[in-house]
Amino acid sequence: MFSEWKFTAKDIAEKPDLFLSGHRACAGCGPATVLRLIMKAVRGPTIVTNATGCMEVVASIYPYTSWATPWLHTAFETAAANAAGIETALKIMKKKSKIKQEQIDVIALAGDGGTYDIGIQALSGAVERGHDFLFVLYDNEAYMNTGIQRSGGTPLGASTTTSPAGTAIPGKLEHKKPIADIMVAHGMPYVATASPYYWRDLLVKVRRGIEVNGPAFLHVFAPCPRGWRSDPAKSIELSRLAVETCIFPLWEAVNSEYQLSAPSKVMALSPQKKKLVKEYLQVQGRFRHLFTPKYEKMLGDIQRITDERWQRLLKKCGITQPAKTA
Amino acid sequence: MTAQEKSWKEIAPAGVCWKPSTKFLTGDWKTYTPLRDLEKCTRCLLCVLFCPDGAIRWNAQKGDIEFDLNFCKGCGICANECPTKAIEMKLE
Ligand SMILES: Cc1ncc(C[n+]2csc(CCOP(=O)(O)OP(=O)(O)O)c2C)c(N)n1
Ligand code: SF4
Ligand code: SF4
Ligand code: SF4
Ligand SMILES: [Mg+2]
Repeated sequence: MFSEWKFTAKDIAEKPDLFLSGHRACAGCGPATVLRLIMKAVRGPTIVTNATGCMEVVASIYPYTSWATPWLHTAFETAAANAAGIETALKIMKKKSKIKQEQIDVIALAGDGGTYDIGIQALSGAVERGHDFLFVLYDNEAYMNTGIQRSGGTPLGASTTTSPAGTAIPGKLEHKKPIADIMVAHGMPYVATASPYYWRDLLVKVRRGIEVNGPAFLHVFAPCPRGWRSDPAKSIELSRLAVETCIFPLWEAVNSEYQLSAPSKVMALSPQKKKLVKEYLQVQGRFRHLFTPKYEKMLGDIQRITDERWQRLLKKCGITQPAKTA
Repeated sequence: MTAQEKSWKEIAPAGVCWKPSTKFLTGDWKTYTPLRDLEKCTRCLLCVLFCPDGAIRWNAQKGDIEFDLNFCKGCGICANECPTKAIEMKLE
């Protein structure tokens, strides 16, 4: 079904950047690495449309652009609607022989706010109508561009400016919405999750999402040192720990058939390799309060919920574990 | 941006950003500078892949990587991820 293109580090390093240096993202910005990497996996001419959010702002401060491919800014809620319009226009122009290119691919980019929350109706509609585009959600787990407000993608217990940990609450009280599962429920041809530490897995999934006919959805984990109160040097390390703790497992669903991806399979087949969520949480200031006596109970809750979600995922992937989990 | 490069009358109606951001140097943001130990570096290229700012590039002719400190923001991701600990972050 997919071409067997394998990305090597050299292939990627030799390919010119389409997301350029000189953008104004904070030092150590996870989403910036994610964009650089995903743009290395395009197969040819590609149009990108980007909802408002950090990645739009830092890459388009007039008169500068960090995009070496056609790029259109769109409103906070309309990344998928815009992509649908572009894809349709290309189809008509091709029919009328107004464009020479055999294939022009369309990528919609949005943050968690622009996907889980305000962008979901446009996304759901574009997927239901079957437009041929790849939607990339870079998930930094809050509205970072406007000052770290909680979103549907903010995890349980995270302190944000609108779920501030203090005497009243231990950070966000609600769970992270399972957005990728919601997309699978649309019956769309391709849904996957990815994390930049596992760069090859990420690139292969981008390419698959582009190659598939019809809509594809890619949920990419993207640590934000500014909003997570983490060391900028640790952004990529955090994207590894999230997978090793099974807080953010990597999987693909091709025509709604779930399959665990290689980096997460390691934890499924050797449960002793699965790390405790504490290891991931303790290096981030947004979870600092969970390590105080007042709120430490929530640590246990997060571990339990992570394990439950992991077990549910394994079941969906048809994996029965050899022994009990760590 | 220095002086106004185009007046508002000359700007495309939809606001087209026309200048590549590679003309905007972000290297002066940093307080730490990456220093590589050439002996320890295996040219695995991981730092090239992970740098958020594209400040490390592969020079195929030389068969080596190069840091472009004009864009490096000193985040330390390269040093943190280097498998052989070849990069040290030095206070400027
Ligand atoms: C309709 C509308 N409401 C609010 C805003 C203000 N706004 C701009 S970006 C943003 C948050 C973006 O969050 P997210 O999608 O997670 O992207 P991030 O900044 O975290 O990368 C908000 C609320 C807007 N631009 N449009
Ligand atoms: S706030 Fe976070 S996502 Fe936004 S530019 Fe800074 S590090 Fe990147
Ligand atoms: S990650 Fe380390 S070993 Fe690999 S190329 Fe960079 S400096 Fe060299
Ligand atoms: S310190 Fe950060 S910005 Fe500078 S070269 Fe290393 S990864 Fe790139
Ligand atoms: Mg966000």
